[in-house]
Amino acid sequence: MKLPPFDYACPTTLPEAVQLLATSNGDAKAIAGGQSLVPMLAFRLAQPSLLVDLRKLPDLRGIRISAKGVTLGAMVRWRDIEDDERLDTAHPLLKAAIAHVAHYQVRNRGTVGGSLAHADPAAEMPGIAMTCDAEIAVVGKSGAHVIQAADFFQGALTTALTPDEIIVEIRLPAWPAGRRWGFEEFARRRGDFAMAAAAVFYDQDANGKAHNAHVGVIGVADRPLRLPAVEDVLNGRAIDATIIAKAEAAASAAVDPQDDIHASAAYRRALVGTLVERALKRAAA
Amino acid sequence: MRTVNSLIGSPIERLEDLRFLRGRGQYVDDLARKDMLHAAILRSSVAHGRIRSIAVAAARALPGVHSVITAKDIGNRVPRVPMRLQPLPDFEPFGQPVIAETKVRYVGEAIAVVLAETAAIAEDALGLIEVEIEPLPAVADRRASAQDASLLFEDKGTNLAIKFRAVRGDAAAAFADAPYVRRESFRTQRHMALPLEPRGLLAEWDAARGRLTLSGGAKVLFFNRRTLAKQMGLPESAIEIVENDVGGGFGARGEFYPEDFLIPFAARHTGRPVKWTEDRREHLMCVNHAREAECDVEIACKRDGTILALRGHAYVDVGAYMRTNGAVGARNVAQFMSGPYRIPHIDVDVALQLTNKTPVGTYRGPGRFETDFFRERLLDMVAQDLGLDRVEFRRRNLVSQREMPYQIATITPFESKDEFDSGDYQTTLDRCLDEIKWTEKSKLAGKLIDGRYHGLALGCFIEGGAAGPKESARIVLEPDGLYSVYVGSSAIGQGLETAFAQIAADALEVTIDRIRGVFHGSTCYVDDGYGAYHSRSVVMGGSAMLDAAKNLREAIRAQAAQRLGCQPSEVEIVEGSKAVGPGGKSIALNGLSSEGISAEGAFLNKKHTYTYGAHAAHVAVDAKLGHVELVDYVVVEDCGRIINPLTVHGQAIGSVVQGLGGAMMEHLVYDQEGQLLTGSLADYLIPTASDFPNIRAIVMGDHPSPINPLGAKGAGEGGIIAAGGVMANAVANALSAFGAQPRELPLTPTRVWELAQAPRK
Amino acid sequence: MEPRLTLADCLRHHLRLTGTHVGCEHGVCGACTVIVDGAAVRSCLMLAVQAEGAEVVTVEGLSNDADLTPLQKSFRRHHALQCGFCTPGMITTAHALLSEEPDCDAARVREVLSGNLCRCTGYIPIVEAVLDARAAYQPKGRDRSGDRA
Repeated sequence: MKLPPFDYACPTTLPEAVQLLATSNGDAKAIAGGQSLVPMLAFRLAQPSLLVDLRKLPDLRGIRISAKGVTLGAMVRWRDIEDDERLDTAHPLLKAAIAHVAHYQVRNRGTVGGSLAHADPAAEMPGIAMTCDAEIAVVGKSGAHVIQAADFFQGALTTALTPDEIIVEIRLPAWPAGRRWGFEEFARRRGDFAMAAAAVFYDQDANGKAHNAHVGVIGVADRPLRLPAVEDVLNGRAIDATIIAKAEAAASAAVDPQDDIHASAAYRRALVGTLVERALKRAAA
Repeated sequence: MRTVNSLIGSPIERLEDLRFLRGRGQYVDDLARKDMLHAAILRSSVAHGRIRSIAVAAARALPGVHSVITAKDIGNRVPRVPMRLQPLPDFEPFGQPVIAETKVRYVGEAIAVVLAETAAIAEDALGLIEVEIEPLPAVADRRASAQDASLLFEDKGTNLAIKFRAVRGDAAAAFADAPYVRRESFRTQRHMALPLEPRGLLAEWDAARGRLTLSGGAKVLFFNRRTLAKQMGLPESAIEIVENDVGGGFGARGEFYPEDFLIPFAARHTGRPVKWTEDRREHLMCVNHAREAECDVEIACKRDGTILALRGHAYVDVGAYMRTNGAVGARNVAQFMSGPYRIPHIDVDVALQLTNKTPVGTYRGPGRFETDFFRERLLDMVAQDLGLDRVEFRRRNLVSQREMPYQIATITPFESKDEFDSGDYQTTLDRCLDEIKWTEKSKLAGKLIDGRYHGLALGCFIEGGAAGPKESARIVLEPDGLYSVYVGSSAIGQGLETAFAQIAADALEVTIDRIRGVFHGSTCYVDDGYGAYHSRSVVMGGSAMLDAAKNLREAIRAQAAQRLGCQPSEVEIVEGSKAVGPGGKSIALNGLSSEGISAEGAFLNKKHTYTYGAHAAHVAVDAKLGHVELVDYVVVEDCGRIINPLTVHGQAIGSVVQGLGGAMMEHLVYDQEGQLLTGSLADYLIPTASDFPNIRAIVMGDHPSPINPLGAKGAGEGGIIAAGGVMANAVANALSAFGAQPRELPLTPTRVWELAQAPRK
Repeated sequence: MEPRLTLADCLRHHLRLTGTHVGCEHGVCGACTVIVDGAAVRSCLMLAVQAEGAEVVTVEGLSNDADLTPLQKSFRRHHALQCGFCTPGMITTAHALLSEEPDCDAARVREVLSGNLCRCTGYIPIVEAVLDARAAYQPKGRDRSGDRA
């Protein structure tokens, strides 16, 4: 499985990189860590004429934490998130989810931006982006703009990015102290893509009632999903066993997975319910 | 320094490790030759169809491409891959052409070979070959195969390759009178050996001398040389097949595959060295598949749990062709369905059904993994029906030591009679129960603790070894007084060099550092060899080596006697370094002969050894996730005389984990069009380091085999054989509240979850 | 050098450092693991051109002629290899892990090694070998030999 032929460029500025992508008739691909793209090349599922390597671009590698939230540069690696102790409080849900991404060696190279651009429906980072209402900042030939996560993922391996656009960073809104959250994933083996995963969080008012509930799932559709029907079950309620059972049923009812080689649709539907239930139990504990 | 005669049975650290650990092993893809061409193979993407045309001009025109070979270039009749084992005339019509001629019969079948200056260019050129194939209805499973509506071989008029039948006693009469009968159906899934090193070949043709050297051989070098010589019209002596370091075999690697002809042919065709390295996608669709078997079986028992008879039908999906050892698994499904148990009356037949899938061959514990799943599941169901304790039921029916040798069912049409050689099957069962703490853990069975259901199970197995007819060895006393050992067996990663050095050193009564090396893996070292399969290397090669050592010592005595002026019988060899004659006159062996002294040895054998043992598992099942955690797993086996406890223990653990892969996750999935859906290691799942951390193996050597001078039996397959049955029984036990009865592997999360969907009792 | 050349193929076929093995070419098996600027990576998922200016350590660089290293000795003692094909990737991965986390426990070792496939050993002896080699990676003055997870 040798890679197909392609040209290679390693620009040192963002405009240069955009220019390279823009002038190749949509036939160029940006490469960050390469952990999703290179296997695609190996199977010749992707055959770009040009690879634009982002590794020398400045300012894409930092994790910034401020009152407005957490900003991850597109070239931030899984390993960087794992090692950043500030995120334990600044965004514990992100940290918990990223712990499930792939394996040791892949975590040393795989990047946040690469995962978003690849848009695997079972990947954790797109799931977190959806669940947390993230903003994805991109630069293209028409300049810089921001895409809401809900608009960004358009199908399996399909995003709102145009061929000339590069992800610069992803912004996760601020995470208040005291927020309740849970993340549950089930994969066939450690590090495999999720059969399904559920990310949930909500805030509690003085009476212990939940509001601002966010429930997201991956692995059950062609893109990461938010489940508003489940959020409706939670908002305005105290999260007790009865509500959790209702949320579980609502989650199963809200998804319409397909059979595939790893699981039946019926199983996956039940699994989503179970994972939402367990994530909520963890959140409420 | 170790004293002599103490090596066999010692946990000697392996000699091979010194190069492997430093990255200095030499595997076939590590080789390079000046002027070497790289081969890439165009493979059918259609499961069943007629080839209309193949257009190679565009590929040939790509810069860097040297040539493209198709069936047309091979000659009048494209050679077939032969049957190595059970070469019955019945199989001949179903032989695989080494390259597709008129039809393609599975996804992955070779259509054309591109030879280019780099592997990447060769792959680029594959995309430029235009093949027109008229699709035919794909035969996707054994049921469709049996309908014969679409035929793989039209001339034959049937997709049934053959039926084997295993018979002992009179099953019909026994069933007629039986007080209890249960009928069941079970299924095991297609999976495969998947050694970590993909296959590879490097062929070099010496036109001036008319000689071919083929690197990348494994397992059965001499058979492959015979085959290749015939196919290429060369004398056997003109071909050398070389085995490099081999990254795992497990039955699949080293069999004669189409590429074993195509690459040497390409080297002769182009006059340049040709290297081919299989990629993982090719490996998944081209190397022998295994294990896809189903059965409808009936068992008859007395109410007290005495098994009276077993009968039924089994069906094995053998894929598109019958090649090399493709009948072994099916044969074993029938012959070993009774396992280590005394079943007086047996009548089981097995149909080998052709389908449009990759051909099958042996994978570690061939047929035994499948049939142990069928039988051990059935036994648990019977015990439950009859209200018997699972352990006592098995104990009552295990073949006892005083029944040895014990005759098992005879297979027709091959008339293969066989018998268990020796052993005390109760002792491994007892030890296994002790180790897992069966009595104590039985209290957990079926209990829900912290959200998980606990289950416990056991199963018993036998493992055949020591396939004949012969193995050869040669030992040379070098002029410098060190010994070189040459064997016809093959190393496939199992630590053969170390084991053979131990055996040779003890037989020669020298320390291991006097063995210069164990040389294997070339057809030029010994006259003939039979290779590494059926757990035979140590038993057969080791026994041959004892013979060679005896002959060498005689030759040394004879030569020394001449020099010392006495009779050979008066010469004593001391510490393998000097020969002492009457009156203490002595001569150092390093001065004995300027060209060295060589002696050959052989071991001939028609009987099989039977290693035996028991497995037990403790699982905790998360019924909502369908996840099975392995809390504890014990395998106990007795493999006769143990050569190296360190390596045999390692084999047992590794074998169990492969078996757990087959039990829990490994599955080659095809769709109804015959497309392989699991063409990458992201989809074909094998166990990783975090899946099964709790496994223990106890290897006993209490009952040496009486049928070879070493007393050794096969080792390395026992761990895999019972794993499917035991895990399924453990899950059944855990989910007994739901009446769960797994009848199919693997136990995927979906399947386990489904088993827990019935209302709780 | 062609841009499409992977680091793995560059090491093996251009530099003739054949200790780095290739078992899948799609980033699953871990046999091709090498250490790039201190971090274990899959060399089949990295282009050789991307290693421009980087320090690359392979199994050859972790070996010497005189003797096996403590990690290699531990592998041999525990019989943590059979066919040897996954071994270079196991050694490089374990070396990277122990260099960063000399106090890692069994669960962490299993988690890290779960990205390296082995078809022979069943992994148990490999995990034991890595744990047993931790002592050799302790900062000077500390010795945890005999310490087990």
